[in-house]
Amino acid sequence: MIPELGHFALWLAAAAALLQSIAPTVGLWRNQDALFGLAVPAALAQGVFTLLSFAALTWAFVVSDFSVALVATNSHTMKPDMYLFTGVWANHEGSLLLWVLVMALAGAGVALAPATLGPRFRARVLSVQGLVALGFFAFLLFSSNPFDRLSPAPTEGQGLNPLLQDLGLAVHPPLLYIGYVGLSVTFAFAVAGMLENVVGPAWAKATRPWVVGAWAMLTLGISLGSYWAYYELGWGGWWFWDPVENAALMPWLAATALIHSIAVVMKRDALRAWTLLLAVSAFSLSMLGTFIVRSGLLTSVHAFAVDPERGLFLMILMALYIGGALTIYAFAAGRVAEGRQFAAVSRESALVANNLLLTVILGVVLVGTMYPMALQAAGGAQISVGPPYFNMTIVPIVIIMAFLMGIAPLLGWRRSATAHLAARLLPAAIGATLAVVVAVAFLGVRGIGALLGFGAAVWLAAASMSILVKKGVTLNSAGMALAHLGVAVTILGATVSGALQREALVAMRVGDAIQMGPWRAELMDVRPVAGPNWTAVEARLDVRRNGESVAVLRPQSRMFVAPAQETTEAGRAGWWTGELYSVLGQPDGTGQWQVHLWFKPMVRLIWLGSLLMAFGGMLALGGRVRAPKPKREAQMSGSPIPQAA
Amino acid sequence: MATPKPKKQRLMLAGFAVVALATAGVIAAFALQDTAAYFKAPSDLADGPPGQGETFRLGGLVKAGSVARSGDGLTLTFVVTDIAADTPVSYRGLVPDLFREGQGVIATGSFTSSGGPFVARELLAKHDENYMPPEVARALEKQPGHPMNKANVMKGGGA
Repeated sequence: MIPELGHFALWLAAAAALLQSIAPTVGLWRNQDALFGLAVPAALAQGVFTLLSFAALTWAFVVSDFSVALVATNSHTMKPDMYLFTGVWANHEGSLLLWVLVMALAGAGVALAPATLGPRFRARVLSVQGLVALGFFAFLLFSSNPFDRLSPAPTEGQGLNPLLQDLGLAVHPPLLYIGYVGLSVTFAFAVAGMLENVVGPAWAKATRPWVVGAWAMLTLGISLGSYWAYYELGWGGWWFWDPVENAALMPWLAATALIHSIAVVMKRDALRAWTLLLAVSAFSLSMLGTFIVRSGLLTSVHAFAVDPERGLFLMILMALYIGGALTIYAFAAGRVAEGRQFAAVSRESALVANNLLLTVILGVVLVGTMYPMALQAAGGAQISVGPPYFNMTIVPIVIIMAFLMGIAPLLGWRRSATAHLAARLLPAAIGATLAVVVAVAFLGVRGIGALLGFGAAVWLAAASMSILVKKGVTLNSAGMALAHLGVAVTILGATVSGALQREALVAMRVGDAIQMGPWRAELMDVRPVAGPNWTAVEARLDVRRNGESVAVLRPQSRMFVAPAQETTEAGRAGWWTGELYSVLGQPDGTGQWQVHLWFKPMVRLIWLGSLLMAFGGMLALGGRVRAPKPKREAQMSGSPIPQAA
Repeated sequence: MATPKPKKQRLMLAGFAVVALATAGVIAAFALQDTAAYFKAPSDLADGPPGQGETFRLGGLVKAGSVARSGDGLTLTFVVTDIAADTPVSYRGLVPDLFREGQGVIATGSFTSSGGPFVARELLAKHDENYMPPEVARALEKQPGHPMNKANVMKGGGA
């Protein structure tokens, strides 16, 4: 009964989305206030009904109602309780329902937030949002119904992939979806802004919180996914340049560019057409990501082995939305008036450079991700594009970006003096040089890429901190500095953990020990252990550093009951200076166990940096809400930069 | 420096954007040529043998009864088959959880010596029991008489 109610609520939500998309469009066209006034209640109704539908599916999972096909194929009574709940979105249909839920709640949020650009604009935004949601409702109801019944109902479910039975599943997909959906709101603001012809500083101010919020959530979601892959997959890496990772990275890159360009629209009323294009692209890339992940084209933990019909449906939806938005853009771009001017040396042009470099990275990632699929679809060879491609192309661009990011915040708007730059950047330059010297002379780092990574990280960190310690720092500029510092910290973590990593691969008997630099790991014993729905073989490695016992690592090889599947659990011990990471392999039958041991220095900085980025973004947003004095905002860097008229 | 005239600045910005995109395209094209790894099934190797040291991805099934471990306890040898042809493979390291005889596998690596085995640097860890890498499924479908039909492959329960 409850699943049927959930299904019914989903239909009602779709009807509300239909009303939300049509009524305001007609109302605005015929100038009938009552009609476009319907947008707000329709958006609220859509939110409520989607929430009810999601609650019904959650109920079916929590009580293990195996007469619902989705529960039967993806759940199991022996699963720990928390995974009964998070299992709702660990499958194709459920995760799409989560997507529309987040989207409907965002729509309700737009409806409830103060309409700073007037009720007409809000109605227009809601109608675009309703139209986007409508497509996803249709996709759910016609080709991915989560409430399909199974008769006769099995007495037990098929279980959830053990890799997904993890806390990461509870947080990673919702964060990413909030990010994607936040970009859908930005998309709606952009389309509505073009249709109503209101793109300018006020529009940018109203749009910015959605962009920054979406970006911060995407940052957290991606870095959490990276951390999850790092500890759960047991490969010892933290980023694999897998198409699925790229699918989330591309909208993030576009959103990063958008944050910077929308700041220019807000402060200086320039770069309007470009900002609109970025807003459209960011959401288009979110949809492309969803398509890549959900179409079953890929070999990945995210590929739910779906049928090709769904891929086609998603592709049509994507073509309609992106095509529609670009058509509107083509007509509107000419109407968007020329922005205000700026000199070659100015904050604006630095931000243009930022946008161009991010666009180049985005283009390179897009080609590397899509080319193999396109080639194969065209009947060509099957190729794969992996880490060598991405490292070779992206690392140099990131280093150039880091260099510019140290300078750009010190430039003034419109036209900047340059005399103060040398003095303010001197500490950063000295720090970067020292870092490279230390890396070569004391740490034995070789390789131009790694050395530039050291230099770039220290340069950017020092330059960003010099903004923080200056007097008169606003929340906004502090947030920006922290986010930039976060980039530096992530670059440092990635560089150091890659360049100074130690690794040992051995076959050992109980009682054997391996020496790896200052670390000595002894295999104390290997014994069976059991969890709620798995049994495992657990090794105990006693690790000493220069003779002193520092950690006991317990890597496991787990065997899950339902579905019957083995997983590897890394045994880890860590400090801020680095992490020991161990994986237990197979026994060879003669009493030897394979053990893979790593020491990854500063690896945690990678994720710490992304936390700083997200926190900085949110902080900058706070500054906007609490300090709306235009005079102060004009001096974002807080430095008395002489601005020639 | 004088502030450029309005029309000129907009054109300049558009020009920069085009240059950026073109740069991205050129960088991508060159890097792709250097790094893209082709997927080959064992029977493809006879038709167009790859050069020594050329990295590619070898996919197929792990032939039943072919997995053996060498004396150091770390190096594994096995045979990848697509029914029509076999290729011997050697791999040093920990095998993925779902690596077993009769199951699909994708090995990335190269032939390092003439007449020697394919030396894999990485074995693809499948994430799910029921899931067959699409490349492997397609390679197997090409072999006439193989009992694997498309419906069975696509119906995998899904993670």
